[in-house]
Amino acid sequence: MNNLNNLTAKQAREGLKEKKFSSLELTKACLERIKKTDNKLNSFVTVGEEEAFENARRSDNLISGKEDKPLLGIPIAVKDNFSTKGIRTTASSKVLDNYIPPFDSTVVRKLKEAGAVIIGKTNMDAWAHGSSTETSDYGTTKNPWNTQRLPGGSSGGSAAAVAADQCVVAIGSETAGSIRQPASWCGVVGLKPTYGRVSRYGVVAMGSSLDSPGPITKTVEDSSLILKVLAGKDDLDATTSPLPAGDYTESLMANIKNLKIGVSSEYFIEGIDKEVESAIKKAIKKLEGLGARIENIKLFDPNYAIDVYTIIQRSEVSSNLARYDAIRYGFGRDRFGDEAKRRIMLGTYALSSGYYDQYYKKAQKVRTIIIDDFKKAFDKVDVIVAPTSPSLALPIGASKESTMFGELSDVLVEPSSIAGLSGINIPVGFSRSNLPIGMQIIGPQFAEEIVLQTAFTYEQETLSEAWRNLKPKL
Amino acid sequence: MKYESVIGLEVHVELKTKSKMFCGCSVDYFGKEPNTLTCPVCLGLPGALPYPNKKAIEWCIKLGLSLNCEIPLSSKFDRKNYFYPDLPKGYQISQYDEPFCRNGSVKLSSGKKIGIRRVHMEEDTGKLTHTTIDGEKATLIDFNRSGVPLVEIVTEPDFRTSEEVIEYLKKLQQLVRHLSISNADMEKGDMRLEPNISLRKAGLKVLPKYKVEVKNINSFKFVEKAIDYELKRQEEILEKGETPAQETRGFVEESSSTVSQRTKEEASDYRYFPEPDIPPFVWKKEYIDKLKVELPELPDEKTVRLSETYSLPFVSAATIVRDPNLDKIFEETARIGQGSFGIAPIDTANAIINRRVNIENKNPNEIAEQISSARVKSQISDKELTRIIEKVLATNKKALEDFQKGKEEAIMFLIGQVLKETKGKATADKVKASLLAKIK
Amino acid sequence: MKINVRRVAKLANLPLSSEEEKKFEKQLEETLEYIESLNEIDTSKTLPADNVTSLQNITREDEVKPSLSQEEALKNAKSVYKGFFRVKGILRNE
Repeated sequence: MNNLNNLTAKQAREGLKEKKFSSLELTKACLERIKKTDNKLNSFVTVGEEEAFENARRSDNLISGKEDKPLLGIPIAVKDNFSTKGIRTTASSKVLDNYIPPFDSTVVRKLKEAGAVIIGKTNMDAWAHGSSTETSDYGTTKNPWNTQRLPGGSSGGSAAAVAADQCVVAIGSETAGSIRQPASWCGVVGLKPTYGRVSRYGVVAMGSSLDSPGPITKTVEDSSLILKVLAGKDDLDATTSPLPAGDYTESLMANIKNLKIGVSSEYFIEGIDKEVESAIKKAIKKLEGLGARIENIKLFDPNYAIDVYTIIQRSEVSSNLARYDAIRYGFGRDRFGDEAKRRIMLGTYALSSGYYDQYYKKAQKVRTIIIDDFKKAFDKVDVIVAPTSPSLALPIGASKESTMFGELSDVLVEPSSIAGLSGINIPVGFSRSNLPIGMQIIGPQFAEEIVLQTAFTYEQETLSEAWRNLKPKL
Repeated sequence: MKYESVIGLEVHVELKTKSKMFCGCSVDYFGKEPNTLTCPVCLGLPGALPYPNKKAIEWCIKLGLSLNCEIPLSSKFDRKNYFYPDLPKGYQISQYDEPFCRNGSVKLSSGKKIGIRRVHMEEDTGKLTHTTIDGEKATLIDFNRSGVPLVEIVTEPDFRTSEEVIEYLKKLQQLVRHLSISNADMEKGDMRLEPNISLRKAGLKVLPKYKVEVKNINSFKFVEKAIDYELKRQEEILEKGETPAQETRGFVEESSSTVSQRTKEEASDYRYFPEPDIPPFVWKKEYIDKLKVELPELPDEKTVRLSETYSLPFVSAATIVRDPNLDKIFEETARIGQGSFGIAPIDTANAIINRRVNIENKNPNEIAEQISSARVKSQISDKELTRIIEKVLATNKKALEDFQKGKEEAIMFLIGQVLKETKGKATADKVKASLLAKIK
Repeated sequence: MKINVRRVAKLANLPLSSEEEKKFEKQLEETLEYIESLNEIDTSKTLPADNVTSLQNITREDEVKPSLSQEEALKNAKSVYKGFFRVKGILRNE
């Protein structure tokens, strides 16, 4: 009985290189952990033991042959909206219950080329429509810190899997909060790269102008390691940037002297959980103590971002989900859940003749205002820091209370998603009820290095804090 | 005439690029096994994304330039959303309010200008085949054609007769073939046409309140039939004091008639919005100018130039320009023919038009030589020709009598006899002329 | 703002029962009410953000790449026939 699955990717890489253990042992440890805990957590939709062992063995051969690749032998869980060749991909919807893609998404191809061992596909809100993972057609995922609570969403399965050490690292995707928010509720590191930094090819489309694949990890360094593997222009995705990927690992150092950090009171919204508020304010003080300069800035009211996001995302969704007609794959449209049906219909309405100007076009105009607002802010500051979520992990069932649950929970992350910016969630502590509290750092487009560096600095500074030793009781 | 026809045309042309509009699958789908030229993109699999074909866009712009269009410096793709089994994504990537080309024109032989409203790019759909399997009605779908690049050319409703429509179609077909961007074969489906037809009281300038779209016209010979049938049908309705329904009708070959398919209103609301997966296009003027310079000489201009430069009858020049095989070799052959063999360009033209020499896989030098030797062969002296003619007339007294009695065919027989005797050394027209001179 | 759920559902190709229609009508109205607040913002001088990337003119060379095999293309379909995808016969309708 080993605890190899508790390792970070960095530690695992070192251990594998030094032959302290094998990839097969490491992979087995993760799969054992899944066997023991997943009936409680339900993080996974599909677990691929056979392929995982095969790949782990192959990795071990390569390692002994002195071959080196960035993620060689590392067990990784992938959100179930990423196409995996030969492995069922459902986006947690019964419409795709039996769909097996004949191709890999670019992200999965890059992970494989980097030597990663894919162990399974994680649970999510069906079609990524949500912030709870409760709308999954395969049952909700539970928060490892308190199984009466939600893990957040839509990448809830990936966040829970990392928090529970069911895998070493995981991949999620964010349209407006779907990486940062579950990372916050599960107490792990979640990075949303700039839109266009990582290829969307093969990711079941949700909001085409918003979707951003990214890593969910135990540490900031692991996050930079994954981003380095995934970032770059893709010849199959016309919206990826030709800007060369940064060297996110090399540039990582714990130094934020003279970094200008913007803090906006608009993000400490009315009704925010008091413990969250005080934890973030304390964290900001810490950042100041580390040499950063805190500046109060005024940002466009994030509540308007809810409207913009609701309209644009649902419009794109209504079109993106049109291809599910059960002719070439999948089951019929009657299998769509209520949430999907609502979003499709609202999107259809917002784009329809007579309403297009008033809804879709108007939303795109306000989007411009939000983009410009951030540009103005980043003329003054280098990064913006804020709470990730206005609340702690909510109880199971909470998402059913409002048709706008997702958008309301994500109010603090929607604006930066709409503007296509990069943002990261890092854990900063726990509430009295032992629920994680997360803080987000937002940077301008393609400034992942500063975002990671700020996060890394805070993380390194707080390594010895007591809460770092806590593990979910499973 | 009590009523005036108001006809506009939508023509779709399939481009003969190597790969499809938004993916790398081959466009060479004709005759291939079904669903063997597809990929996640053109099959509409979850997560697939479009990536535009540079050549297809350039060809579309070049076509627009050849049709005297403005090329707006900014353009984009849009999604046209509707459901149909041959449309894998549930939307077609097309262009809505910012097409690549707009506001062009084409001049017909009458001098009349037909307005070109727009020329834009879109992707083709899959192919449906309706059949019965074990007694059950079924529809079979082949997505090989899905994603093939299509250019759509829309005219203003400037046509008044089916003759004008046919002339325009032939010109358009010639143009795209001349530009080498499409084979534009109506029977093969790489040129498709949908006329929008309506009638208004003669003398009125406003557009009629309705229009009927006609689909399924698969060859030039049906264009006239379809339009004429439709005009007659609409006139009968108008005479009753009613307005024809705004709808889509299909042409039925067997009866040369049209039948109603669906009301056009229902089909609308495509909920167009800018395609988020494809960044917009912003051209520099220099780029458009460069494309303009790359255009080959256009058919109309070339016809005039050949006619003037080489003293050819207009019809001969047009015939040469219309046929890519002749067009390719004519000028060079005429130059060599004149320079090295003293052959007048008009003779070169006639020789290749009438296929008196073999031009297949021959270079201009070889062709000019052939023409020259053919001429030498036909050098027979007048004296020799007269002798042969007298011989033939002497041995074919009956034919001579017949001709003198008024039977025109008899002359053909006599010409044939003379040609036989000359063993190919004389030309038919020369023989005819000499014979007639002798016997009249 | 009364949303015609039946018409929207038809446009969206979603089969709904009449109960569902009623249920969704209420829920969609709620959402619409919520997003009304957008009208408070003055956008008279703003252009729509059609593209958040600032990329332009992204195209690829006209090169042929390998396609899926027929088997791969058909593998996930519930009904195929001699290499074709098969659906119930539709009326001859273009």
